[in-house]
Amino acid sequence: MTLENWLLRVERLHKHFGPTCPDCHRLTGPDNGRSRCPRCGTVWACVDVNIQLEAGEVLGIVGESGSGKSTLLQMIYLALRPDSGHIWYRDEGEPARDLVSLNRYEARVFRNSRIGIVYQRPELGLNMRFSIGGNVAEKLLLAEWRHFGRIRARTTELMVKTELPPERIDDEPATFSGGMLQRVQIAKALASRPGLLLLDEITSGLDVSVQARVLDLLRRIQWEDRITMLLVSHDLGVVRQLARRTIVMKNGHIVEAGLTDQILEDPQHPYTQLLVSSAL
Amino acid sequence: MSEKIDQLYNFALLDEDAKREIRRKLLKAVALPGHLVPFASRDLPIARGWGTGGLQITLAIITPDDTLKVIDQGDDESVNAVNLRRLIGRTTGVATTTDTASASLIQTRHRIPEEPLRADQILVLQVPMADPLRWVEPNLERATAMHSESDYGKMWVYMYESVVRAGDLRIASQYPVMVNRRYLMDTTPIPRWDVPKLHMAETLYLFGAGREKRIYAVPPYTLVEPLQFEDYPFRTEYQPDQRCARCGAEQVFLTTHFVPDASGGRWVSTCSDAAYCAKRLAEAEALL
Repeated sequence: MTLENWLLRVERLHKHFGPTCPDCHRLTGPDNGRSRCPRCGTVWACVDVNIQLEAGEVLGIVGESGSGKSTLLQMIYLALRPDSGHIWYRDEGEPARDLVSLNRYEARVFRNSRIGIVYQRPELGLNMRFSIGGNVAEKLLLAEWRHFGRIRARTTELMVKTELPPERIDDEPATFSGGMLQRVQIAKALASRPGLLLLDEITSGLDVSVQARVLDLLRRIQWEDRITMLLVSHDLGVVRQLARRTIVMKNGHIVEAGLTDQILEDPQHPYTQLLVSSAL
Repeated sequence: MSEKIDQLYNFALLDEDAKREIRRKLLKAVALPGHLVPFASRDLPIARGWGTGGLQITLAIITPDDTLKVIDQGDDESVNAVNLRRLIGRTTGVATTTDTASASLIQTRHRIPEEPLRADQILVLQVPMADPLRWVEPNLERATAMHSESDYGKMWVYMYESVVRAGDLRIASQYPVMVNRRYLMDTTPIPRWDVPKLHMAETLYLFGAGREKRIYAVPPYTLVEPLQFEDYPFRTEYQPDQRCARCGAEQVFLTTHFVPDASGGRWVSTCSDAAYCAKRLAEAEALL
């Protein structure tokens, strides 16, 4: 598959945790149903992962716990260094850059300006000791915003956009409900107008009606801002609502990739078939 | 060296190995303005937290030709200043003074003298808490990583929250500054009044935190910029109508103390820098 207007391209990405042994390759993978080598204990979290994301597209990653999807997301967020492979990122009209080659400082600067992330647990993405406004403002302050009034105005604008009551800008995160905290995370992620939004199981742990509102919000943002999203979930319903294309991961490998509808209607890989039949 | 000094000790109390270690760390600190350099804080005859960081720097760099001044809260005569001066005097035999202009080495807590310092003087500051990130990141390991990447977003949020809560940048002392546009630095408990004196100064400023085991420095002609917002700029404690009740000075940092009298008493503001105030009074009397 070749895409003309790609934003992110992941090439032959590998990540393992452990000492490795000559038998690892033979004993792990989806065919063996495990990612942990029984001989040496090495966990193969991501093996030969290739993804390409078109600008403005939403790509879903599904898979069970331990399939390597969160590891993959952490590597794209530059929080985890891959063993080998490349993560190419291309700003519009600029040559592609390999994010793996950035040093820690460059990675942090890149992450602040280009990538937004929303975690399943708000306490990972938010500082619970800062106010809501402070949390959103952190992104702006990192982007060298030094005018208090303008920071407040932008924070209020983002709160309205994410359907949060702007008068609660100075409240503590502890006084907010789970669904609202997810919206605060989204507001924070959007503050620096990132090119890529990473969503890690954002609706798990929310009840169904709250889930629907968060998904509505994301769909609206995607529609209005044409923002590229990478959506990790084990909930096929969520992926179907947001993602046009989906990849299925199992034991660190991509076992199936294609249009979401196609995968849900006509799953090819036995694992995908199992996933679809058990979820819907 | 004078004959009177106590020969039970090495010159300046510390052994030469300890002095050499501190001098090396000082060189590193000067080479990396604002960077916290760990050092092996020695045991001293005074308790940690009472100026041992500043004292160790003073003892490591003092020479027999130096003239020493020690101040505490701007005052040469407070108990701590007197004790430190006596200790350094007895173990080195150097001349001591209260006059800022005639001192070559000044150890201080809480204040920078009002009289402008010169290039041939060194100011040693006693630091209680070395790392400004302590307020936002209690984990030292993570704070060190934040310093190494110049990752000061959390500190900026702290400043933002200060404005949200108090309506202004209400940080009385230990005001955070950026040194040489690279490292975030704590200005020790000097008041905001003294912070601009660090910026592009002629003097070498050395900071020692004995309990925290850190040394840092602001060499001469270094950019020292307080964290501030365009619409909430950094401000000193200056009040337009302020005035010292003793010497009448206006452009100084004042302390307020209560003076009881027949009608119950009143609050009086005088210069915090006692030696400066006395000098001004003496000059005024000489003119009469």
